Amino acid sequence: MPEGKRPEENGSGISRRDFFKTSTAGAVSTALISKQGMAAPGEVTKFGPDPVKIKLIVNGKGRGLKVEPRVTLLDALRNELDVTGPKKVCDRATCGACTVLMDGKPVYACSILAIEAEGKQIVTAEGLGSPDKMHPIQKAFVENDAQQCGFCTPGFVVACQSFLEENPNPSVKDIEEGLGGNLCRCGTYKGIREAVLETAAKGGIDA
Amino acid sequence: MNRFQYASPVTKESAVELLGSGAVVLAGGTDLLSLMKADVASPDLVVNIKEIAELKGLEHSEGSGLRIGALVTIDELLQDSRVQEEYPSLIQAADGIRSAQIRSVGTVAGDLCQRPRCWYYRHGYGLLAMQNGSSMVVDGDNRYHAILGNGGPAYFVNPSSFAPSLIALGASLKVSGPNGEKEISVADFFQTPQSEAEKEYKLSDSEIVTQILVPAAGGKANATYEIREKEALDWPLAAAAVSLVMQGDQVESAKVVLGHVAPVPWNSDEAAAALKGKAVSASVADDAGKAAVQQAKALSRNKFKIQLARVAVKRAILRAAGMEV
Ligand SMILES: Cc1cc2nc3c(=O)[nH]c(=O)nc-3n(C[C@H](O)[C@H](O)[C@H](O)COP(=O)(O)OP(=O)(O)OC[C@H]3O[C@@H](n4cnc5c(N)ncnc54)[C@H](O)[C@@H]3O)c2cc1C
Ligand code: FES
Ligand code: FES
Repeated sequence: MPEGKRPEENGSGISRRDFFKTSTAGAVSTALISKQGMAAPGEVTKFGPDPVKIKLIVNGKGRGLKVEPRVTLLDALRNELDVTGPKKVCDRATCGACTVLMDGKPVYACSILAIEAEGKQIVTAEGLGSPDKMHPIQKAFVENDAQQCGFCTPGFVVACQSFLEENPNPSVKDIEEGLGGNLCRCGTYKGIREAVLETAAKGGIDA
Repeated sequence: MNRFQYASPVTKESAVELLGSGAVVLAGGTDLLSLMKADVASPDLVVNIKEIAELKGLEHSEGSGLRIGALVTIDELLQDSRVQEEYPSLIQAADGIRSAQIRSVGTVAGDLCQRPRCWYYRHGYGLLAMQNGSSMVVDGDNRYHAILGNGGPAYFVNPSSFAPSLIALGASLKVSGPNGEKEISVADFFQTPQSEAEKEYKLSDSEIVTQILVPAAGGKANATYEIREKEALDWPLAAAAVSLVMQGDQVESAKVVLGHVAPVPWNSDEAAAALKGKAVSASVADDAGKAAVQQAKALSRNKFKIQLARVAVKRAILRAAGMEV
């Protein structure tokens, strides 16, 4: 979590103490939900179906919210937290527009329940960089004309970041196979391939 | 998606206690969430098993082979160097699932338990898709449906890429339920439902798969070959997994299991018999492919799958024997 940032008291009753519990590495299992889950020994608490208080760590910030267990991570991000980088296209784990990182791994936010993501580190395209401080892959997308309508872009950018972390020197075939979980209806694949190759050539995602 | 309760037990015993009618297991969720959104599954209680530590991890041992915990993801399997060495067939099956986002959370056990992709089923018409006493599949768009074991009433195909490979390798599953633990071979796990009351695999509402046990490969040559419609993320049209016990350059015994062609992973004794005692060559492999589809019957729109299945078998055999495909 960025230094000096205080978790907001936003009416959801999240205390600073609870917040730090969830955001400290290793303390994941003491997140709000699991703590309640240990209410009585030998008995597992059931949550819902009414809204449940949870905390998500999004782009380094702890955010409290109340959602029904059936709410997906994607809907929680977009509708509750106004983090609209991840897009909802297929809503069925087939297109990649909703891709975010969860504890460093790329996942489809449409196919994870928000309640499952409690305590995990979520990174969206917004967390990679901003217009005035772009992440190398975001910059390469702009420079290589790697988007047209742009709807697939935030998901693609996150998938590319994670792909390059695993494959710092990819071949075109590696790119085609490794980014197979994202689709672009506008067909900007050529630009995306070039953006990935250029980012790798220029020193990678940390350059 | 209907409203449901959610629980996240930390032991398999408490998971089993929570399960039962109206409850469902959540692993990676890559299939379950889609089923719930389509109202094909509408549980009252979702039991997340990902906090159960004993279901994690993958282990090799000399005597008993490979143990894959129910929470092992497709990615973890792909990354394991001994699986790469001993079970190329599993790696080739995993490699076909070309999405980092599914591999990162989708589990191998969940792959076996994923529900069929039949579009009638996914649109709420049931596994058998019967309407007014006749099958919507037979009368409708069946281009991706079964070519073997399709005498009815089921016409969907088993969707799992790992199942053929695990069956060819002689794997079994450990299952926990209210009456304790049991073991069942992957081959026996799958069944063709005879009525809407039955599922396509033998797991009651209160049971969970806890482990997948794969015998040591012991030098058995093994391979999977899949044929897909396009490079993008989708299920194969036909696939075959092969495991060969060789004596010199001759096949002493073989297991040939086809995927995505029948309501169950399809074991072909005919293809295995065509290989027995022979040295593998392109023509022997082709004969085995031909034998595998001898009983195949096309529905109105899927004749092309017969040829694909034949070729998948041929190429899986050649690949297992280390020959050019
Ligand atoms: C676009 C796309 C393409 C795909 N392509 C392929 C492909 O080519 N080949 C292929 O084989 N698969 C493919 N898949 C399927 C994917 O591999 C499965 O969705 C995944 O492996 C399921 O694992 P999971 O952990 O996410 O399961 P979940 O979604 O959590 O569960 C799936 C089902 O299994 C049950 N279940 C899960 N684990 C257990 C357990 N331990 N005990 C009892 N029941 C359990 C659940 O209740 C649920 O009904 C594809 C999926 C998508 C979305
Ligand atoms: S919206 Fe999640 S994969 Fe398409
Ligand atoms: S730029 Fe339009 S979908 Fe990719």
